[in-house]
Amino acid sequence: MNDRFDKHGMSLIVKTVTHLLAAFILLFGVYIVLYGHLTPGGGFAGGVITACAFILLTLAEGRAAARQTVSNAVSSALDCVGALLFLGMALAGLYLSREHVFFKNFIETGRTAWFRLWSSGIILICNLGIGLKVGMSLVLVFSVLATIRVAMHGESRRVFRKGREE
Amino acid sequence: MSIFLVLLVLMIIGAIIAVETTHLLSSIVCVGAVGFLLSIAFLFLGAPDIAITQLVVEILCLVVLIRATISRDLTTVSGDREFFGMVVTIALVLVAAVAGILVFAAFPPFGEPVMARVPGAPAATYLARGLEQTGAANIVASVILDFRGYDTLGEATVLFVSILGAVTILRRAARKRPEETDTEKTPHE
Repeated sequence: MNDRFDKHGMSLIVKTVTHLLAAFILLFGVYIVLYGHLTPGGGFAGGVITACAFILLTLAEGRAAARQTVSNAVSSALDCVGALLFLGMALAGLYLSREHVFFKNFIETGRTAWFRLWSSGIILICNLGIGLKVGMSLVLVFSVLATIRVAMHGESRRVFRKGREE
Repeated sequence: MSIFLVLLVLMIIGAIIAVETTHLLSSIVCVGAVGFLLSIAFLFLGAPDIAITQLVVEILCLVVLIRATISRDLTTVSGDREFFGMVVTIALVLVAAVAGILVFAAFPPFGEPVMARVPGAPAATYLARGLEQTGAANIVASVILDFRGYDTLGEATVLFVSILGAVTILRRAARKRPEETDTEKTPHE
C-alpha cells in the first residue's frame, strides 16, 4: 500500500488541491523571508514554509514527480549557495566596510528608507541566504528519509537492487 | 496571566497522554498539540517571530514523524516499564522541579526581561537604538542578523553540519541489505 502511494501519489482530489495550494504556500514562504526585517518571521520560518510547500508536493504526487521539480542535486546545491551567501555577507563586512568588522552592515541606508523593503542593508540578503539554506536542506533531508523508507519496506530486495543501480 | 495557566494545564495533559497512550500515532498527535499550544503561549507573550517558527517547525516535525511511523508494522507499544529506570526518572524529575522552583523564586515578575534590570546592559541598547542603527523595523531581525550575527552564523553552521551528517548516513551508497555483512565486498580484497 505504501509503495503504491510512493510511486503514484495520493488521490485525484488531493492532487488537485495541492496543485492549487502549493504555489501560494511557496509565495507566502518567500514573503516571510523577504519581509523578515519588517514583519514577524525571517529566514528560518520562511525557509521552513518553503520546504513545507515542496513536502506537500512530495506527499501528494509521489517521490518521482517531486524529484522532477527539485532534484536532490539541485536542493543540495541551493543549500550550499544559501550558506555561502550568508558567510559571504559576513566576510564582505570584514573587507568592504571602512571599519573592517566581521558582520558589519556595510550597505548604508538613510533614515528615509525606514519601513521600506530595502531599508536594512545586509539583513535582507542574510535573510535570503538563511531562508534558502534552511528550506533546501529540509527538502533534502525529507527526500532522503522518504527514499530509505521505501528501501526498508515491501519488496525490499527488488527495490533495493533498482535503487542501487540508479 | 490566566490564559497561560489554561495553556499550561492543557500542555501538561497533552504530554501525559502522549507518554501514556499505547498507540504511536495518537502519541504523535498529542505531541503536536503540545507544540501548537506552546506556539499560542508565545503569541500571547508578545513574541510573534518565535510563535511562527514554533508553528511551522511543529508542522514539519509532525509530517516527518507521522510519515515515519504510519508505515511501520509496529504501531502500538506494549510491555511494562523497567522498575529501576522509572525510579531514576522520577528522582531526576523531582530534582529538576526543586531546582526550578528555587530558580523561579529569584526571577523578576513574569513577563519582565531579566537583562533590562542591569544598568548598561546590551539588551537595553538594542531596544533603544536598534531601528536607528540597523534600519530594520523588526527588532528581532536586527538583533539576530546584525548585533548578534556571529551567533546566527554559528547556528547556520550547526544546521549545515547536522544536515550533512544526516544525508551522509541516509544516502543510497551507505545502505546495505540486511543479510549483507560489513566484511563482504571490501575494496582492498
